[in-house]
Amino acid sequence: MVLAVPIQALFGQLLIGLINGSFYALLSLGLAIIFGLLNVVNFAHGALYMLGAFVAWFLSEKAGIGYWGAMVVAPLAVGIFGAIVERLFLRRLSGLDPLYGLLLTFGLALILQGVFSNWFGSSGMPYEMPARLQGGRALPFMFLPNYRIWVIGVSLIICFGTWAVTERTRLGSWLRAATENAALVSAFGINVPRMITITYALGVALAALAGVLAAPIYRVSPLMGADLIIVVFAVVVIGGMGSILGSIVTGFSLGILEGLTKVFYPEASNTVIFVVMAIVLLVRPAGLFGKQA
Amino acid sequence: MSAPTVAIERVETRPKSQRVPVIVLIALILIAPWIVYPVFLMKALCFALFACAFNLLLGYAGLLSFGHALFFGAAGYFSAYAAKIWGWPPELAILGAALTAAALGLIVGAVAIRRQGIYFAMITLALAQMFYFFCLRAPFTGGEDGIQGVPRGRLFGFLELGRHPITMYYFVSVIFVLGFALLHRTIHSPFGQVLTAIRENEPRAISLGYKTNHYKLIAFVISAGISGLAGGTKALVFQLASLTDVHWGTSGEVILMTLIGGMGTVFGPIAGAVFLTTLENYLSQLGSWVTVTEGAIFVVCVLAFRRGMFGELSRLLKRPL
Repeated sequence: MVLAVPIQALFGQLLIGLINGSFYALLSLGLAIIFGLLNVVNFAHGALYMLGAFVAWFLSEKAGIGYWGAMVVAPLAVGIFGAIVERLFLRRLSGLDPLYGLLLTFGLALILQGVFSNWFGSSGMPYEMPARLQGGRALPFMFLPNYRIWVIGVSLIICFGTWAVTERTRLGSWLRAATENAALVSAFGINVPRMITITYALGVALAALAGVLAAPIYRVSPLMGADLIIVVFAVVVIGGMGSILGSIVTGFSLGILEGLTKVFYPEASNTVIFVVMAIVLLVRPAGLFGKQA
Repeated sequence: MSAPTVAIERVETRPKSQRVPVIVLIALILIAPWIVYPVFLMKALCFALFACAFNLLLGYAGLLSFGHALFFGAAGYFSAYAAKIWGWPPELAILGAALTAAALGLIVGAVAIRRQGIYFAMITLALAQMFYFFCLRAPFTGGEDGIQGVPRGRLFGFLELGRHPITMYYFVSVIFVLGFALLHRTIHSPFGQVLTAIRENEPRAISLGYKTNHYKLIAFVISAGISGLAGGTKALVFQLASLTDVHWGTSGEVILMTLIGGMGTVFGPIAGAVFLTTLENYLSQLGSWVTVTEGAIFVVCVLAFRRGMFGELSRLLKRPL
């Protein structure tokens, strides 16, 4: 017993918090990368996360391709979709106020969510967990489902992999350079427009991967990303969009904080992240990891 | 120093040039209930006032608030609760609702103006979502059911508003005209000029000695208050306050109304609100296709129609509208 809270409940909520944190981290990571190069806050990120989950569901229903195939196909498909969106729409907004990018992607999110709501209603469908990850292990103080460990592990690997790519590889150095000064990078003979397309595609592919990871835990439903994206925005405001490592750390820690709130003061569990955001803004307006403007 | 500033204002605002459109607007409001269903018109007027209030921020101060449903919806809850539970007369319920929204605007604005541009939008969205969850749980909002069966009451104690839709309609249009006049006055005042200066170039406005954060906060409070005026009125019109009005979907709708009508134009948001409420009326049987259509309009407007209806019109006529 810790402060009159059963230890099972505490660890259970901590685990759920870590899971939510994995999704916050994956999504805010994609947002940060896209914002860095395109100067667009991708409001469609939640809808593309939903799209990833739906691609996985389609693959298993119509093509008999299971979870492991979906882990590859869904990010690829959504990434290609993202590349098309960038080429057709977002490219035309370069040089305009970034608010237009937010509004355009908000419109895209409405279209995607509306179309899927028409097809499937809003209740959603279950997605089966892969056999190899079913079950769990009984620890002395709690039951630990295997799938949850898998989600946290994959998320951590992807997050740090992305961080390593941007910080340690040539492609990453181009990306960072183009974020600082795209004109100069293109003067060195690097195809910046293509890099922008690839970056957007990679960012939304991360969202789709998060969607596949989420599919067996939550139901696959058209609005699964709609509320999530707003929480992720708050996470991004808290962490500051300037730093990739920052968004990973903030994502996981806010997930844990949310889990703990569910144990000690459940009424506030939906709002705690927003409260933290308000406090951070009052104390340190640039965000925890942001550069002071 | 002050003399040349006054001269510039006279050249730029030209309040006289808007006399004709204002007269046309008022004439339309007076005639409309004999042509169109009054309840639909009242809805359109409430959203038009909401969009005009929102436009003060987006169009004139350059601040995109993605959480204006907070003020609209909170005011709706206030006026519904005051009219139903406390038995307040309609004029007091609506006034109280507007003041509540303004007070909320002061709190939200004080937090949100600490960041600019895209962050401002995300912060307002997040705070509005927090308020949504609060309303979902709070005992006095009625949760998923909302506050239903709100009495319209007697205006000033003798004028029964519930009996004839036309009476209610003219009450709503008086509120609309008052709110619109206040916004119009704000936009064309020296205060409004400073807001425009902040939109165009905030660092320069600061270097000229303006405390831009004060101006932004005041604009935010005015905008929130008048959004509340609209929301409080809407709750009495439909005799209902519900979660829909605090949801982010409503924040998105008011942005779309302003964008489609023309942000930074005086009359555009009204046209945008009428257009979108009409559209929703016709598409209401089609369920989620309304959302799809709205999304498509967003995309088209952002890509090819950024000036909006009245922005294009005022360019054609070469006069500010």
